[in-house]
Amino acid sequence: MHLSPIDWLIMLVYFVFVLGIGFALKRYMRTSTDFFLAGRSIPAWVCGLAFISANLGAQEVIGMGASGAKYGIITSHFYWIGAIPAMLFVGLFMMPFYYGSKARSVPEYLRLRYDEKTRAVNAFSFAIMTVFSSGISMYAMALLIQTLGLLHGIVPDAWVFHVSIILSAVIVLGYIFLGGLTSAIYNEVLQFFLIVAGFLPLVWIGLRNVGGWHGIQQKLPTTMTHSWRGMTHASTNSLGVEVVGLVMGLGFVLSFGYWCTDFLVIQRAMAAESQDSARRVPIIAAVPKMFFPFLVILPGLIAVSVTSHSSAMQPTSITQQASGHALPLDEAHPHGIIPQKVDPISGHPILDTNGNPVYDYDLAIPVMLLHFFPTGILGLGLTALLASFMSGMAGNVTAFNTVWTYDIYQSYIKKDASDAHYLWMGRIATIGGILLSIAAAYAVTNFNNIMDALQLIFSLVNAPLFATFLLGMFWKRTTGHGAFTGLLTGTAAALVHHGLTIPADAVPGIHGGWIHVVHTYPSDMAQNFWTAIFAFGVNLLVTTVVSLFTKPRPEPELVGLVYSLTPKAPEHHLTWYQKPLTLALGVLAVLVALNLVFA
Amino acid sequence: MGLDIRLPLGLIFLIIGGIMAVYGVFTRGSAMYASSQGINLNLIWGLVMLLFGLIMFIAGRKK
Repeated sequence: MHLSPIDWLIMLVYFVFVLGIGFALKRYMRTSTDFFLAGRSIPAWVCGLAFISANLGAQEVIGMGASGAKYGIITSHFYWIGAIPAMLFVGLFMMPFYYGSKARSVPEYLRLRYDEKTRAVNAFSFAIMTVFSSGISMYAMALLIQTLGLLHGIVPDAWVFHVSIILSAVIVLGYIFLGGLTSAIYNEVLQFFLIVAGFLPLVWIGLRNVGGWHGIQQKLPTTMTHSWRGMTHASTNSLGVEVVGLVMGLGFVLSFGYWCTDFLVIQRAMAAESQDSARRVPIIAAVPKMFFPFLVILPGLIAVSVTSHSSAMQPTSITQQASGHALPLDEAHPHGIIPQKVDPISGHPILDTNGNPVYDYDLAIPVMLLHFFPTGILGLGLTALLASFMSGMAGNVTAFNTVWTYDIYQSYIKKDASDAHYLWMGRIATIGGILLSIAAAYAVTNFNNIMDALQLIFSLVNAPLFATFLLGMFWKRTTGHGAFTGLLTGTAAALVHHGLTIPADAVPGIHGGWIHVVHTYPSDMAQNFWTAIFAFGVNLLVTTVVSLFTKPRPEPELVGLVYSLTPKAPEHHLTWYQKPLTLALGVLAVLVALNLVFA
Repeated sequence: MGLDIRLPLGLIFLIIGGIMAVYGVFTRGSAMYASSQGINLNLIWGLVMLLFGLIMFIAGRKK
């Protein structure tokens, strides 16, 4: 692909600003609180945008576009059943304890509420996961730059991957090293607006091209344009999940587990200037988040609806479709301008076991950019894409350096050092986190299965977590021993469930069934949701039982940490539209409307 | 925190929007807009971004 100087100029402006913000903020970084918690002085709307932007990494933009192209608008469940209710819940009910307890991190809250060992489990597993997540973002970005040929002709092709990794690492390192969390948050706000500015015209032109939403509805099968149709049974919807697994597994356990306990996002709310602001952060974030399906899922649907090939992009796939045998992508699954997957080494198209072409859905959004954007705005579109990758990386790195410094270094390595020492450690941890991310990115490159393995580990570790926080915040009887054993048995239950079940058409191994196959799920998504449900259930049960047999902490120690023992923060100084509850109800009303419109 | 985010945010939109709008003016009627269905996306979207940048920049300066 050939980019003109004007495209490069736009990307360059962005990179100058990214680093410029780091330099501008450097002089404000005096204490470790400035560096790790942004001095707890950021306005709610800024934190709110950072709250969703930190999560808006490669997995979201590329993954949601790919799912939109593959499954249709049903992907919106990840937002309208998944993220939004969880974000409202954390703002309304959980933020007072995170912010009010003066904990500096989520693992630290666990130490205040429970004990040292529960914190240790969370701190270590979280630190490892952030490094790998950041590495995956880095890898995905380098792979995309390579696939699109962005640097073709500028650096030798064999070096493109390495150069991309190093460039992204240096830039992210630069702005976090200089300006800490404030720099990351400011850049995330920038990234948020750039992503909107880059994708909005794409959706506009794309919709014009396919004749609006009605045009899409006419071209695509009904299962792709309705989010609730066929949800009563796994075989009648494209996700292969039934409604209980969806609502309980995705909507409750996984989404609440992520949005309510993951320090990556909670850290953004903790940086807010007051407790009222901190509570509003996730709710403010929910407003744009609600409409993100139109920005990231819709392009995927448009990509498969576009039929007018401007160039002979995929002549082979069309002729093969005409030959009429059972293609994976027949009339029920059109592929539009989605390119075929190509083996990076041989350059030949990849075929599945039946000899049918495999489509690279991950390229849905990049291909849309190239298809619809002329020079100039193309630079903006690519900037938006790169911005999303970098925000994903930076979010993980800032969460890592905080947990490392406060929850691991200060707790187990060097307890009573000066604040200046921890500030210094934070900067060192930033370098360390970036170096580990690079190592993770190369690990993902060199081992085919590691991506699947990582996703498996993430889901095993995350699945039971929400039960620990739910019981901790809302049941004063919960004990540290209970939480600790519950967390471990919950993870073990997830592991066992994974070993005993398997998604349809998978072989026993990394996808499950490695102990013995006792149940087959219609899709890997269904298996994943049910693994989470089991892990959560076992954790809830074990924590409750063990807590009843162990000695609870005296109630005065739990004030500010548990719902029933904490006085409600007064709200009468807030006007009605500033109250978290009013805001949340407004969001909820729009959410119901969105679900009904696209049902 | 000493720096109001709306300043850099306004500035980057002013600059990128400005580049796109100027480029759009010079490429009016160019064949490259066939990919965007004849719409001069650079000019239109550049102006939208300029406007947004201006609002943010002014709001940031006011404080």
